[in-house]
Amino acid sequence: MTGPLSELDRPNSYIGRAVPRADAARLLAGRGKYLDDIRLPRMLHAVFVRSPHAHARIKAIDTEAARAMPGVAAVYTGAEIAEHCTPWVGVLSHLAGLRSPPQHSVAVDVARWQGEPVAVVLARSRAEAEDAADLVDVDYEELPPVLDAEAALEPDSPRIHEGYDSNLAWERKVDVGDIDTAFAAPGVTVVERTFRFGRHTGVTLEARGTVCDYDPGEGVLTMHYSGQAPHMLQVILSRHLGMAEENVRVVSGDVGGSFGIKVHTYGDEIACAALSKMLERPVKFVADRQESFLTDIHARDHVVKARMGVDAEGRIVGIDMDDITGIGPYSMYPRTSAIECNQVLNLTGAPYMMENYRARGRVVFQNKTLMCQYRAVGHPIAMAVCDGLLEDVARATGRDPVELRRLNLMPDDGYPRASASGMKLADLSHQKTLEKLVELMDYDALRRDQEEARARGVLRGIGLCSMVEVTNPSPAFYGIGGAPIASQDGATCRLDAGGALHVSSSVTEQGQGTNAILAQIAADRFGVPIERVKVTTGDTATVPYGGGTWASRGAGIGGEAMLLAADALKHQVLEVAAALLQAEAGVLDIRNGTVVDATTGAERIALSDLARTVYYRGNELPPDLKPELIATRHYRVTDFPFVFTNGAMATHVEVDAETGFVKVLGFWVVEDCGTVINPMLVDEQVRGGVVQGIGGALYEECLYDEEGQLLTATMADYLVPMAAEMPDIEVAHVETPTSTSVLGAKGAGEAGTGGAPAALLNAVNDALAPLGASIWQQPMTPERVLRAMGRL
Amino acid sequence: MKAPDFAYARPADLGAALALLAEHGTEAQPLAGGQSLMPMMNFRLAAPEILIDLSDVAELRGLERTRDTVRIGAMTRYRDLEDWPDLGGTLPLVAMALPHIAHDAIRNRGTIGGSIALCDPAAELPAVMRVLAAEIEVAGAEGSRRVAADDFFTGFYETACGEEELIVAIHVPVAEADRVYGFHELAQRHGDYAMAGVALSALSPNPIRSLRAAFFGIAATPVRLPDLEAALEGLTACEAQAAVTAALEGLDLLADTKASADMRRHLSGVVLKRALEAM
Repeated sequence: MTGPLSELDRPNSYIGRAVPRADAARLLAGRGKYLDDIRLPRMLHAVFVRSPHAHARIKAIDTEAARAMPGVAAVYTGAEIAEHCTPWVGVLSHLAGLRSPPQHSVAVDVARWQGEPVAVVLARSRAEAEDAADLVDVDYEELPPVLDAEAALEPDSPRIHEGYDSNLAWERKVDVGDIDTAFAAPGVTVVERTFRFGRHTGVTLEARGTVCDYDPGEGVLTMHYSGQAPHMLQVILSRHLGMAEENVRVVSGDVGGSFGIKVHTYGDEIACAALSKMLERPVKFVADRQESFLTDIHARDHVVKARMGVDAEGRIVGIDMDDITGIGPYSMYPRTSAIECNQVLNLTGAPYMMENYRARGRVVFQNKTLMCQYRAVGHPIAMAVCDGLLEDVARATGRDPVELRRLNLMPDDGYPRASASGMKLADLSHQKTLEKLVELMDYDALRRDQEEARARGVLRGIGLCSMVEVTNPSPAFYGIGGAPIASQDGATCRLDAGGALHVSSSVTEQGQGTNAILAQIAADRFGVPIERVKVTTGDTATVPYGGGTWASRGAGIGGEAMLLAADALKHQVLEVAAALLQAEAGVLDIRNGTVVDATTGAERIALSDLARTVYYRGNELPPDLKPELIATRHYRVTDFPFVFTNGAMATHVEVDAETGFVKVLGFWVVEDCGTVINPMLVDEQVRGGVVQGIGGALYEECLYDEEGQLLTATMADYLVPMAAEMPDIEVAHVETPTSTSVLGAKGAGEAGTGGAPAALLNAVNDALAPLGASIWQQPMTPERVLRAMGRL
Repeated sequence: MKAPDFAYARPADLGAALALLAEHGTEAQPLAGGQSLMPMMNFRLAAPEILIDLSDVAELRGLERTRDTVRIGAMTRYRDLEDWPDLGGTLPLVAMALPHIAHDAIRNRGTIGGSIALCDPAAELPAVMRVLAAEIEVAGAEGSRRVAADDFFTGFYETACGEEELIVAIHVPVAEADRVYGFHELAQRHGDYAMAGVALSALSPNPIRSLRAAFFGIAATPVRLPDLEAALEGLTACEAQAAVTAALEGLDLLADTKASADMRRHLSGVVLKRALEAM
């Protein structure tokens, strides 16, 4: 090879490469250490007695028979636990007007959803605890359940909370421009649709759980937790158990998926912490699959009435929408259940130029499982509403949906700018991603295929979505509203005596490869082979302080902190090297674990020699040299509330006209997440996200009967998408690095989930168009599709 | 989800198994492949005091072909049938149905006798056995008897097998040279319980001659309607679809989160038409 080394060819160039994950082999070999693998001496198993009713007064609880069962150590009611654990309130000050009453870890007096814990049994084994839990006798007085979010707002609806004048938790209105005048203008075509988005949930492979271990000798509580935000939980435990923060340690080991499910405060987990303290014994709780369906947060549950108007040229003049979303009986603590609705209002229409935007969102209490932030918070709603209306307009006005997007997307050279809803946008590439998508999917060929299929009586459809994704949140997301959630993250790099790099970070690994990209960044910037980087995350006792991994912030924020720390350590190491070698630090570099001459590449001193000199033979150093072979840096986003990413995706479907089955024939994604640190991991994030989006659009739904009983509490009744039905998902990238950081990485974790439902909705409606039929409800089950076609 | 405490017995022969059944009565539950029973116990929907594991009962094993019948021992696993090289030529309808039964892991453990004994409304094999006019051999203290498949599936998870009897084997007539066989089911995901399915045999599929058809996944037990079969004589597959939908009017069909009764009635016509057209 001739010429200078490119960025990707130099030694230890890992950023941008598909470096295999160091932990993949370990996890596939079954050597992962998940929560349920933890077994501590004297450990008790907690089993919760859960309300069988959606809404019921707890008149009395008789625990005597349960206490007498073999192996049982204790039985407690909600009221007894409440003496050791204070209730919480899931509101934030920047969501003005949001209200939610105090919520106990275990219900006191009234149970407000089927599955809410009302008592707990602690026994030697889970089986013995379940036997005893069957004998806890709870005397319930059933109360009328409030289930439908729209009906819950009717003045004559039963109330869920005493002292509240209605079941409304929060309302937000946005009014920009003059939508009524815009829609009434001559030549404007207005389409109106009512969208219904069912509830679904995360279905993590590893269920939620905790092992809490209170050590009375030191007065320290250790919570092992399968989750995403250890430092957040540390504060929460401190607050509600009345302990100093430094006496609470939260440790997150291997986590088998989270998707936002594991970033919230669950009463059963907090109760285990209280119980461990009360009993001075370790307490384990791992949700079984039925408990997961009943108590993991659910997502979506929106009814949106929306209108879009376009002028005679096809330019969007505005969107008018009204969103009602049901959140269960409480706003989830501490992130609240209003953020999803808030996001829907913030994001609807954000890819497009428009002057007028009116939106109203109402967040409503109901007697169902709590609804809260799940992967791609609010995005699938916002994208399906806007792009669903856009393609509806295309059909109504006889325009091609790609042409309509070309006309309306924000131009790539027009940033920074703001969306109609006021979101600050920068470094986006809607036009480039759309054009690349059209090429990738061969749009024209698919249209020809569609025509041929229609001639044969086969219903095929093509649907697209242009989208934005909220990533790298700044303090404006939670911190500003008083939530104990760090918006900055820290990273530490330490050079050890053997020349290896030990790094730690406050972002967390849930199976997506966070640790892998942290190692890539550290090795790349510092200059060691990646095998010589050891990564620690997830332990509040050892890692820097920070927020964890959620809202697609691990790479963008945690990664940037790691980059800054690695750069800082390199600078410090080169200063030591300069002193040892009697050279200028500026002429030295670190490559492959060795300090070299920057211009010639000649080896000067191995890092291990340098480190051993510093650690063992300080006598050889100049007396005024005070080497620091450790560096810590923190990073937060300062210029923007969020770093938006964008993408374009499309799908090709076939609708079976006789059965209503939707077969996904192909799926294409062009994503712009800025700097791609590991293309293999990003592509799999996108694919996994698309599959979850397909799940929400076609399969997954938490259904309740009229009594508020969950009908889909097993894997046979709740349909997750399976490999056999999934299409090939082609992924391509446009890279527009964010100017907010050196690394330039934006988040990539949620795009697929955010955009896929819109693309599928559009594709199915495109397929149904020749029949004059359309569907606006997700999931688009066979029966709903057939009914939309009028064939049932 | 842990099962309540239970006792466990593993008798070595049929006599011992029947004796245990007689001794414990309704408190006992025979255990075959466990693919339905174990989840039900873990959900605490079933709580037998004693499980009688049939794995070691030699009389329940084996796959034997005589001149015009195959004897399938009750403890034969789906996998054993799939691996039997003669299956396609001997029992083509069974071969068509097997890939639709759940997933590999379940077929590795699940048994033919277990499926027949459970009589799940969505199960494929009860319908297949009705179409093939198989006989189910059950044994009790009084000896053994054979029940025609048409008389065996009596209700929602109910069969003609007595509480102190065990299914020993299923005797299935081998394929008749002049008949053709068809199978179709509709499930949103491969391996799921069908929203509607049909197994059938005929002398000619399209137009229909001498049809035997059993629908599954639509009612408490596999549905065979002799009047409908007669009425379909001479019709095309397309014409048969509407006739099926009409014939199911008024029947008590299943309704759940996946499909209403109307949807199941509609899909029944579709699966019959598709099965016929594919033959």
